Amino acid sequence: MNVIELISVFAPETILSAMLVILLLVKIFGENVSRNVLLMIISFFFLVTAVVTLMLLPQGSLFGGMFVTGSFIGIEKAILLLATFIISLLAFEWLSNYKNYLEFYMLLICILIGMFIMISAGHFLSFYLGLEMATIPLAALAAFDVEKPKSGEAGMKLILSSAFSSGILLMGISFMYGTCGSLYFDEVRTMFTGNTLQIAGFAFLVAGFAFKISVVPFHFWTADVYEGSPIAVTAFLSVVSKGAAVFIFLGALYKVFGTISGTWIYLLAILAVATMIIGNLFAIRQDNIKRFLAFSSITQAGYILIGIVSGTMQGSASVVYFILVYLFSNLAAFTVVAVISDKTGKESITDYNGLYKTNPKLSMVMMLALFSLAGIPPTAGFFGKWFLLASGMSTGMMALILIASLNLVVSLYYYLRVVKAMFVDENDKPIAYIQSSSPAKLSLIVCSAAIVLTGFFSFIYQYIYSFSFGIQ
Amino acid sequence: MNLNILLVIPLLTLAALFAVQDAVKVRWISFAGMTVQLVASIVLLFAYLAERNAGITSQLLFESSTLWYDSWNIQYHIGVDGIAIAMILLTSVVMVSGILISWNIQTRVKEFYILLILLGLGAYGFFIANDLFTMFLFFELAVIPKYLLIAIWGSGKKEFNAMKLVLILMFGSSLVLAGVLGTSYEAGVMSGKPSWDMIAIGAMNIPFHAQQILFPMLFVGFAVLSAMFPFHTWAPDGHSSAPTAGSMFLAGISMKLGGYGCLRVATYLFPEAARFYSPYIVALATIGIFYGAFVTLRQKDIKMMNAYSSVSHCGFVLLGIGMLTQTAMTGAVLQMVSHGVMTALFFGVIGMVYERTHTRMSNELGGLLKVMPFIGTCFLLAGLTSLGLPGLSGFVAEMTVFVGAWQVNELFYRTATVLACMSIVVTAVYILRASGFSMMGPVKNPEYSALPDATWNEKLAAAILIIPIVLIGSAPFWLSDMINSSMANWMTKLLTLAH
Repeated sequence: MNVIELISVFAPETILSAMLVILLLVKIFGENVSRNVLLMIISFFFLVTAVVTLMLLPQGSLFGGMFVTGSFIGIEKAILLLATFIISLLAFEWLSNYKNYLEFYMLLICILIGMFIMISAGHFLSFYLGLEMATIPLAALAAFDVEKPKSGEAGMKLILSSAFSSGILLMGISFMYGTCGSLYFDEVRTMFTGNTLQIAGFAFLVAGFAFKISVVPFHFWTADVYEGSPIAVTAFLSVVSKGAAVFIFLGALYKVFGTISGTWIYLLAILAVATMIIGNLFAIRQDNIKRFLAFSSITQAGYILIGIVSGTMQGSASVVYFILVYLFSNLAAFTVVAVISDKTGKESITDYNGLYKTNPKLSMVMMLALFSLAGIPPTAGFFGKWFLLASGMSTGMMALILIASLNLVVSLYYYLRVVKAMFVDENDKPIAYIQSSSPAKLSLIVCSAAIVLTGFFSFIYQYIYSFSFGIQ
Repeated sequence: MNLNILLVIPLLTLAALFAVQDAVKVRWISFAGMTVQLVASIVLLFAYLAERNAGITSQLLFESSTLWYDSWNIQYHIGVDGIAIAMILLTSVVMVSGILISWNIQTRVKEFYILLILLGLGAYGFFIANDLFTMFLFFELAVIPKYLLIAIWGSGKKEFNAMKLVLILMFGSSLVLAGVLGTSYEAGVMSGKPSWDMIAIGAMNIPFHAQQILFPMLFVGFAVLSAMFPFHTWAPDGHSSAPTAGSMFLAGISMKLGGYGCLRVATYLFPEAARFYSPYIVALATIGIFYGAFVTLRQKDIKMMNAYSSVSHCGFVLLGIGMLTQTAMTGAVLQMVSHGVMTALFFGVIGMVYERTHTRMSNELGGLLKVMPFIGTCFLLAGLTSLGLPGLSGFVAEMTVFVGAWQVNELFYRTATVLACMSIVVTAVYILRASGFSMMGPVKNPEYSALPDATWNEKLAAAILIIPIVLIGSAPFWLSDMINSSMANWMTKLLTLAH
């Protein structure tokens, strides 16, 4: 293995690490650098890295097979980088007035590197290494708003529940090692016979993953952490963090545990139903918009599980496609929330009453985002949901699909509640007109254009599909 | 003729509406756009008749198909037959009329017209689509804007009623979604890869046990939009709260999306199951007809009256479909067109009356025919169409349904037919009573005697709706032949099954 090979296979990670070092140096020596320029450079750096990753699509394996990457994983990384780009746009306003703005990005880049190692893992150790490298800075980010007690609480809750879920994961991994004698994914796959101890280990692993994706009944940390964290971090948690966990979950289930798919298909179907129903029922009652989006994201996780259940190429492609669509929809909503919260500090749904009269454009974007989350045509969310459900249908579980589509009605109710607040309800003191900053505007434009157009251009899905894989 | 024109015109209108701010311009752009659309629909009708006269007998005309998502085998497949043409004409007529009726809306004019045309776009796309994916996409597009339309511009308990309407309609649409996905899965089991194309699926012999599960989901899902008993409760509340153009769209077009879907998707794709479930459909339809008629009797609010009578009248559509004879199904489509125009006129006139008198209670009105002869005449005309007076469209449609229904020689179906026929008497009672109270007699409220008659836009709106009523009523064969031949073309498999 020479250096060139190392860098080419490890390209996104190398670029991110280089940026981390540069940021450290800037922190030490660059006192005179203009903050806004630096923030813009960092934001676009994520976009450039995403594009580079997508162009290169590195292939190969490193470190004796502990790090394996391919085209599909390359696309997944590019999606996560794109999401980070939009999040850094929406965080611009907040960070430009915040003291420790460089630390925010240092932690963020650490998390990304950890996630990349995690989703390219070919060995349970490198997987666990990546996971922890992503989790611990994430807890620091959740507690990043040091002046708000709620933020500290969120960080504490996240680190405790993450530690718990990591413990469960480790338990599962040790069972695997005990029964298979190896931690390489390939070898675990061939040694996997499905005996009781292995199934128990597998159940622990699923529980650990379910924590990260906030699948019911492992979702209890979600709402509090989402509510307490700074908005940019909440957005990161709900899109990037969840997306990365879904990607590795998908890869592990299809590539490592494909032999016992008959078992986990039903397990996941039950989890999916529970997640959709519980997420929906709790979302109805929320008034804080961040908690509301937290429960909405739990519900979306239920739909993602349906895509995973299918076990086909369509299934994995539709999961990744859905994450892409969900990224745009959710981040559009979070950008609006961030713009309003930065200027007014208001975060409850009733504060949004009458928003359309004063801020028509923000309300339109929010409506578009919510309809996309609800899966209403012609938004991209409709296409994403359709493909997830259609791949889930390939298992022949009609009841699962029926429950999922009935849940769409329930979720429409609470998305419409927010739309109603903005467009229908009267308010004596509506939020005054807000001039959003140009990065926020860019984020809103990119997200709304993507929400409207993604579905109609089938090549996006076809491109993802061309690299996807089924149960092996 | 390229059918995409039917989508391009509304889209261009929408784009133009986004660009302008001035309310006057917004009205005229919408009016112009929808008028062009009406002209295009009429041209389409003649082009269709010309092709058919030239002896082309394929199921669909003006077909075009583009592969959209090749891994899913999803195509953008459009094409029309006689039934779709009838529906497109209906939509165009109601849209133009709805835009003219809403001329006096003052708040958020631009948004109002954008939502209205968006609904229309959904309906057009639904009627020309021939693959289940495109169809469902447009189907839901024709549901969601209703929420804002009712909640913002409505009256009464508008927010509650709007939510109720949209959630119940979305319940229907979620059943359709599950049914469509199941259908494509079954087609995939039959042919090796998922299929969404209706003609292709119709040609497969999907096993009966699968049909038994999928048919009820699709049929009930669509029938919710047609206000089938017991899923009709959204209709009276939604209609009575909706702004006039909203009610016209809801009753005139949206309820027909349901009937069309029941016929062209559920019944066409699963003929054996349709045969199996036919008694249940007929029973529910008859209950709807009868129950709707009697509830209407109790209504004093004329808008509520028309809303409940829509439940009753749409029962005839479902009854016609449930009978599964060619004549009855033709009658069902005729009834969709006839009721669509009639109810749009009725809601339009009720809106005009309400705008002037600010009440919809028939006992508070009175003698309006003397004060506003044009509006009064339109009211009576709509009422007489509703109760099935020969010479107007309602008679043609209901008569065809009954003749077709009587062809089924079984006691149960005969009973249902007789009961449905009897409901016409009830219809006559409530229509004549409401007309008598509100239009005839002395002017009860002296303030009303100075009220102005219809303005130019209202007159035009009513005229556009009256023309098809009279045209279908006095010379129905151009329409019924077109529908009948398409029905024979589509339902060959169904019609060969013995009753």
